[in-house]
Amino acid sequence: MNRQKLTIAVTGLNAFDNPGPGVGVIRALRACKDFDLRIVGLCYESMEPGAFLPDIVDVSYLVPYPSAGSDQLLNRLLQIHAVEKLDFILPNFDAELRNYIRISGTLKQHGIHSFLPDVEMLTNLDKMHLVEFCEKHGLTTPKTMTLTSIEEIDKMEDDFEYPVFVKGSFYEAYKAVNKGQVIAYFNKLSAKWGLPVIVQEVVEGTEINIAGVGDGKGTLMGAIPIRKLYITDRGKGWAGVVLADTTLVDISKKFIEASKWKGGFELEFIRTLDDNFYLLEINPRFPAWIYTCVAAGQNLPAAAVKLGLGQAMEPYENYISGKMFIRYAWELITDIESFQKFSTQGRL
Amino acid sequence: MKIKKHVAISESGVLFDGSTGDSFSVNPIAAEVLNLIKENKTEEQIKLHILEKYDVDPERLEADLYDFYAHLRQLNLLEKDE
Repeated sequence: MNRQKLTIAVTGLNAFDNPGPGVGVIRALRACKDFDLRIVGLCYESMEPGAFLPDIVDVSYLVPYPSAGSDQLLNRLLQIHAVEKLDFILPNFDAELRNYIRISGTLKQHGIHSFLPDVEMLTNLDKMHLVEFCEKHGLTTPKTMTLTSIEEIDKMEDDFEYPVFVKGSFYEAYKAVNKGQVIAYFNKLSAKWGLPVIVQEVVEGTEINIAGVGDGKGTLMGAIPIRKLYITDRGKGWAGVVLADTTLVDISKKFIEASKWKGGFELEFIRTLDDNFYLLEINPRFPAWIYTCVAAGQNLPAAAVKLGLGQAMEPYENYISGKMFIRYAWELITDIESFQKFSTQGRL
Repeated sequence: MKIKKHVAISESGVLFDGSTGDSFSVNPIAAEVLNLIKENKTEEQIKLHILEKYDVDPERLEADLYDFYAHLRQLNLLEKDE
């Protein structure tokens, strides 16, 4: 069989203790027997571990931070494209997604494909609008309120019992048991991720995560549910197991039908003891544990690439439960010259 | 009484609920009882099986089995209609 030659750029190579999904996404893409790949890593910092893993990336480039805006990103990507002839870009950070969506049309004119939701879809499902979406489509979500100033915390106290979760607009969440803690977390999260800060009712139960791909027309192309078995003190899954419960896939189908989501996603649910599922949030990208999906029989990143290239594919219907991942820490040895070269020249 | 569909008992005595990801370590007698439940034995059949095989006071066994079944329900390991 002829394998399709593709050059794919991937972000999120920060395989730290708060890992980005890039390395897992690349492992999944490399596991796809239909592709003959050259992988271009796109990094924001010169010490992102994925850039130094020779079996993961073929070459890496530094790109401007999301805060620099989409024009600067486009300029840099076109520079890289002139050398690498990119066929596809698969971004993996929440914070960079809007820039990539904005320039996706221009990138396509240059022959660079992607498979991303549109800005409206992204806005309708962000943490601030999730309650409206769930109410409209019969999904259950915890009571949520957005805070744009400390003064609004008094109003919040009228509607919420402690403890509550205080969440940043992109990342991070803390449990607060009193007003003092809400104020402290509000200041910390707004300084780091901007406004608004989100307050959410605490629903007791087990956290379930689902990775999936939507085709943008209402069809779920594949989905794998897991439960994290070990969570670090930063709240990141360090081990997890694929669950057998198809109820979770049915809920994902309902979500995709309602949202017409296009691209990879991760749904975070709480399952209560009486088997009710509360949708906590939607991450508009694959999770860091995405390679587990390949082991469970669904190569979701490869599916996103095929769909983005306009190739026909049937939705995955089955998966293997009981597959488990355990993350590990490992020292990668390189030379200072590599790091210096990457830092100064932006290419490794 | 029926164990939930996705619950598996390993030879090493670990109970794994594939629908929730919960794992429990059980002792050999508990594993034996669980396997009997999986084989669709009734509570009476299980009691007789244990009484025949082990030297145990019937009243004590009944109380222990009652506690064990309650524990399984509490941990959501039994089918709901039971």
